[in-house]
Amino acid sequence: MTSATLAPDRPAGNRRSVRGGLPLTRVSGLGLGVAMVWFSLLVLIPLAAVAVTAAGGGWDGFWRTVTNEQTAATIRLTVGTALLVTLVNIVMGTLIAWVLVRDNFFGKRALEILIDVPFALPTIVAGLVLLSLYGPGSPLGVNIANTRIAVFLAFLFVTLPFIVRTVQPVLAELDPEVEEAAASLGASRYTTFRRIVLPSLTPAIAAGAALSFARAVGEYGSLVLLTGNLPMRTEVASVRILSSIENDNLDSAAAVAVVLLAISLAVIVVLDVIQRRVMRRG
Amino acid sequence: MAEHLIAARTQVGRRPGRYVLRIVVTAYLFFLVAWPLYLVGRNAFADGLTSLNDILTDPDVTHALRLSVVIAVAAVVINTVFGVGISILLVRYDFPGKRTLNALLDMPLSVSPIVVGLALVLVYGGREGWFGPTLESAGLQIIFAVPGMVLATVFVALPLVIREVVPVLQEVGDEQEQAARSLGANAVQTFRRITLPAIKWGVIYGVVLSLARSLGEFGAVKVVSGNVLGETRTATLVVEEKYLNFDKGGSYATAFLLALVAVACIIVVSVLRPKEDR
Repeated sequence: MTSATLAPDRPAGNRRSVRGGLPLTRVSGLGLGVAMVWFSLLVLIPLAAVAVTAAGGGWDGFWRTVTNEQTAATIRLTVGTALLVTLVNIVMGTLIAWVLVRDNFFGKRALEILIDVPFALPTIVAGLVLLSLYGPGSPLGVNIANTRIAVFLAFLFVTLPFIVRTVQPVLAELDPEVEEAAASLGASRYTTFRRIVLPSLTPAIAAGAALSFARAVGEYGSLVLLTGNLPMRTEVASVRILSSIENDNLDSAAAVAVVLLAISLAVIVVLDVIQRRVMRRG
Repeated sequence: MAEHLIAARTQVGRRPGRYVLRIVVTAYLFFLVAWPLYLVGRNAFADGLTSLNDILTDPDVTHALRLSVVIAVAAVVINTVFGVGISILLVRYDFPGKRTLNALLDMPLSVSPIVVGLALVLVYGGREGWFGPTLESAGLQIIFAVPGMVLATVFVALPLVIREVVPVLQEVGDEQEQAARSLGANAVQTFRRITLPAIKWGVIYGVVLSLARSLGEFGAVKVVSGNVLGETRTATLVVEEKYLNFDKGGSYATAFLLALVAVACIIVVSVLRPKEDR
């Protein structure tokens, strides 16, 4: 996702605002009805089915499944690694966006394309790609396959575009004259960045961080070949859900899935709050 | 004069830091994306053209490639029609619950593909799904068949067209549409002659990105496909299958083809987009 989806000419935080408009006519009302039926059949009802199935076992059943030793370990690993990766992305993503906007050098266009590669590349291929440099027979002489570092690396790869693509358009619209004014008044470059640039970027960074965290938490494809899915060591939550599905244990699959869905939902709420705050300010 | 000095000083002051940042960023992207990507290409051609030739003459693989294309095209068509329609509704009309719908439309981007697959199985699964048994007795199998794989692919790529089209619609405004209407054009004419040409590029980016995403979907499709050789196996499932069966050449060659399409899609978008912005 995302993602190359994140067009470089998007307003702050990459969230569209859709206020106002005409009242519905008969045709547009019908269109909305059809669209809502389709959206419900495809997204809303299936996601509700996950919640209902998870609730079917009662709170005790849900809690027992989620706190099962092996399951809890996968959730801890997934959330912990996703947080770590998001922190790295906050620093590296902002840095990359900065270089892409403020610097100009031969090969910048190529870097722009590289940023979007993780978004468009099939996740299973992403895993294979990383395996070829960091797996057995690596030209670098390292082998991180089947370790927790592999989980970290896979998350880092698939979430690369998110913060870059949300920060880039905001940074491009910042007026450099304000920074020059701060500098001419004697502010050091660090002070200028912290007091002038960073506050304007914070909503975009937060929005990108939320997306990148959500993406990492749900990641599956890039881990299949890379991490070996060792229980208690490199197994992540989505792999755990899949093995429950394959063992025909849909109830416990749904219980773990609800935890992931709750995280996605929290991310959406956070994004919405950030968007509202930005709009109020602007 | 003073301004000139300040400008000169900041220029000089910036220089060393700028090179450091440039090198850090380039190195990061080189080690994380560029070099690994290059190695997949090299591994695919480790035995010359043999691996590529092998997979392209393997009927199971060509079937999988064809199936991937069919599913991706179907998903892109569905998402384009739905995406353009819902974008127009979101931007041009007002209705209760619009903000919630707008937020929910982004949900598929942050839901795990495995959860997507599970959700679809719970509703459309043939044995205990909510609607599955009814549909199956009507002769329509969804899970472990192509319709389910299309549904899963549509789900994961759902917001992409919307995300491209909505900002374009907002930017072009609705003055021309109103003018067309007041001159007597009906809704279809207005859409075809005014709205569609104006949002053309947004739609094209959305379609290309959706195509890349749809061709590459793996987790959600894996759950709903059953992965039956020669029937419901897609290209991404072949990559996994071949790698686990120690056919690394075949795996890398298939991955190379998929990566080629993905990179081509990105290059198409990035070449088209700046022209449009200027």
